[in-house]
Amino acid sequence: MLSRIAESMFWIGRYVERAEDTARILDVQTQMILEDATLDQDEICHGLLSIMGVEDTPEHVDLSYVLNTLAYDPTSPVSIAAAIGAARESARRARETLSVPLWEVINTANRDIVSGQFGARRAPGVFQWVRERAALINGTADATMTRDEGWQFLMLGRCVERADMTSRLVATASITSSTTAQWTNTLRACGAYEAFLRTYRGQETERAAAEFLLLDRLFPRSVVFSLNRAEVCLDNLESSGQRAGFQNDAQRLLGRTRAELEYRSLSDVVADLPSEMERLQRTCALATEAVTRRFFAGSEAQSWLGMGSN
Amino acid sequence: MAMFQGYGGTGPAYDEMFDGDTLRPPYLRLRESLEQMTTPELVSRVEALQASYLDQGVTFDIGGEERAFPLDILPRVIEQDTWSTMEAGVQQRVKTLELFLADVYDAGRVFDDGVIPRRVITTSSHYHRASANVRPPNGVRVHVSGIDLIRDNAGEFRVLEDNVRVPSGVSYVMTNRRAISAALPETIAEHRIRPVAGYPQRLLAALRAAAPAGVTDPNIVVLTPGVYNGAYFEHALLARTMGVELVEGRDLECRRGRVMMRTTQGLAPVHVIYRRIDDEFLDPVHFRADSILGCPGMIDAARAGNVTLANAVGNGVADDKLVYTYMPDIIRYYLNEEPILKNVDTWRVGDADAREEVLDRLDELVLKPVDGSGGKGIVIGPRASKAELDELRVKVLEDPRSWIAQPVVQLSTVPTFVDGELGPRHVDLRPFAVNDGNRVWVLPGGLTRVALAKGELIVNSSRGGGSKDTWVLAGPVTPPEPIEAAARGPEPEVLEDIVEPEPVEPAPPSTPAPAAPAGPAITSMHEQAEQQQQARARTTGRDDVTGGTSC
Repeated sequence: MLSRIAESMFWIGRYVERAEDTARILDVQTQMILEDATLDQDEICHGLLSIMGVEDTPEHVDLSYVLNTLAYDPTSPVSIAAAIGAARESARRARETLSVPLWEVINTANRDIVSGQFGARRAPGVFQWVRERAALINGTADATMTRDEGWQFLMLGRCVERADMTSRLVATASITSSTTAQWTNTLRACGAYEAFLRTYRGQETERAAAEFLLLDRLFPRSVVFSLNRAEVCLDNLESSGQRAGFQNDAQRLLGRTRAELEYRSLSDVVADLPSEMERLQRTCALATEAVTRRFFAGSEAQSWLGMGSN
Repeated sequence: MAMFQGYGGTGPAYDEMFDGDTLRPPYLRLRESLEQMTTPELVSRVEALQASYLDQGVTFDIGGEERAFPLDILPRVIEQDTWSTMEAGVQQRVKTLELFLADVYDAGRVFDDGVIPRRVITTSSHYHRASANVRPPNGVRVHVSGIDLIRDNAGEFRVLEDNVRVPSGVSYVMTNRRAISAALPETIAEHRIRPVAGYPQRLLAALRAAAPAGVTDPNIVVLTPGVYNGAYFEHALLARTMGVELVEGRDLECRRGRVMMRTTQGLAPVHVIYRRIDDEFLDPVHFRADSILGCPGMIDAARAGNVTLANAVGNGVADDKLVYTYMPDIIRYYLNEEPILKNVDTWRVGDADAREEVLDRLDELVLKPVDGSGGKGIVIGPRASKAELDELRVKVLEDPRSWIAQPVVQLSTVPTFVDGELGPRHVDLRPFAVNDGNRVWVLPGGLTRVALAKGELIVNSSRGGGSKDTWVLAGPVTPPEPIEAAARGPEPEVLEDIVEPEPVEPAPPSTPAPAAPAGPAITSMHEQAEQQQQARARTTGRDDVTGGTSC
């Protein structure tokens, strides 16, 4: 498979997942603010923007500013609109390798944004819409793509992004100091609330919720589950039959982080949740760099000047 | 009945459906079928058609903006016999162009024998020394060509220009058929139409046949300038339907005289490049040093015979406007045959006797610069002001050799559905030919471009042009037989048998078409639908605008 196409597949996976997870995070936070009038809206909004990696925010931000930056504004690089647009651009570049139905669902999602219908949708309906489009895209990919390298790169992108975004979701839960409602909402955003209650037999504690979202081996949005899947994808891509260690830096990084999460005591992990989550996000970024070096090398735009200086 | 009422051909142009008030035979069944439909029903189908093109992303780019390619719901119908003549004419043309190119880049007999002056070629900016004395593996230089045809006021098809570099638009031929099958299933079912879906396989076979010597299982790629190119949709569709990689220049690398592509598993060799990039951008070592669309070293690899470029480099000398004026003589010279398709009447202003007449009639002729591209510099006499004509006169006298003149040709018209009503609109036609070295195969039909504005002669998409599905009938015209037609049911898109050299024998309309394998047919239909709308993009064609005006 062409390196450039592989890179496109990886980023389709990442952007679609990012759009979906951003919608989930916003869903929780907007509901929080609506439900509890005693909360400091300014603090929550600032916290949210900083977790999503937005710097240079004005001194006072309100909910509509946040929604615009993180959802509606296609020129804001962290918005849902931008993520869907970027997924579509990547898909367009890899169009000849995508299945036709997959291309069409990605394209129609983007058309909704371009035509302005997306901007006209209100919260929380808009988040529902994003989740449904993402489910449609992922489901179509699942149903129509051959499990070749392209599929592995798509999955790899999705899993790395999911680990990253779940860590951000967990981090947002600790913006406002300790309300259990926050964790309940966070779990709901992942569609995990009922599963969580069943697993922990109704015991609702912050600790248990954090454990579930970070470490559960069976829940598909947990960090450990996502990292595990990412490792499997890398393993499939390498298939070197190596008996010891790992050649691939990305695999090494992801594996080490997962092992650390799993083998350290939970108290240790949740002691300083925000910085722990930041570390996890850094790992995901480094792993992406490593994947780029290993598989996409040479796909970046080249330029040469003058004759023969190739 | 109401549908075609009040439809009136205007002016001297040939209308392909109506001769005055009389219906022409090829359109018998079409009218029969459409008249069972009400106008609102037709409108709703038109809307569905447009929505499907947007959803599928059948688009073309103008200045970086993606637009859906307008497709008119009414097809254009070409009779079997008319088509046979056109097909033979196109084949003759392509064969001649191959012989001519082989000669130009070799001994140049055609010059020595006085058919065409050598300077016509050597002064052409498309003549590339890099191609001299290079013999392509199977002798083919014009793997793909598009011969632009127009229909004059008497209804005769004439050649407007040859495109033997990187003709585009074929994707829309395929997507249009797919979309019209979905929009007018009953109408399609009542016709026997020559299928167009076989094009990618034909092209693939031709590209495989062009592989360098000794390569039995060649690695074929489509080379695109990238996603911002107007015809990107087409590049992607062709790559997908041929099952080959679509590469950009940065995916390629030359190593020791061979072209390689960068994959996740390292470098892989490339043997045949169907390039959709103009000569000048292919290789910064030989041509434009600032080009980052191509790959340095590619030309040397091709000269060494390690990779085949399709179409070959330097083909531009053959579809030059000045060479076009010599084509009838060139055909007679190489094939010893009379041209089957005539040229549009053309004067070389460089010839002294022609010059006088042209200068006298500047206000009624169309003047085209020989080296012009994209319609640049064209002056349409009847539409020019006095000042413009005076300026033109000065320019022409300064350098008469770089001008040709043609009469304003009215393009033929076909009924087109615009703004809720049917009206005559001007069309041209670009049939596509694929040469695999043994045979020149012509895709039945081709791309019909239509000017959507009333009276407009420019069919180019950037000027508000659209396209039409073009049906070549696969049998003699017979009057509609309602009962049989109803029994047959809809029969959308049939995969063309690739091996069969297209039977043209008349088949009774009651014979059901061979069943198509569901899976591939569906996918190819989808893909085709996506491509149809883009036919207009044709960014590569240097002469898009002129192609349409054909004035």
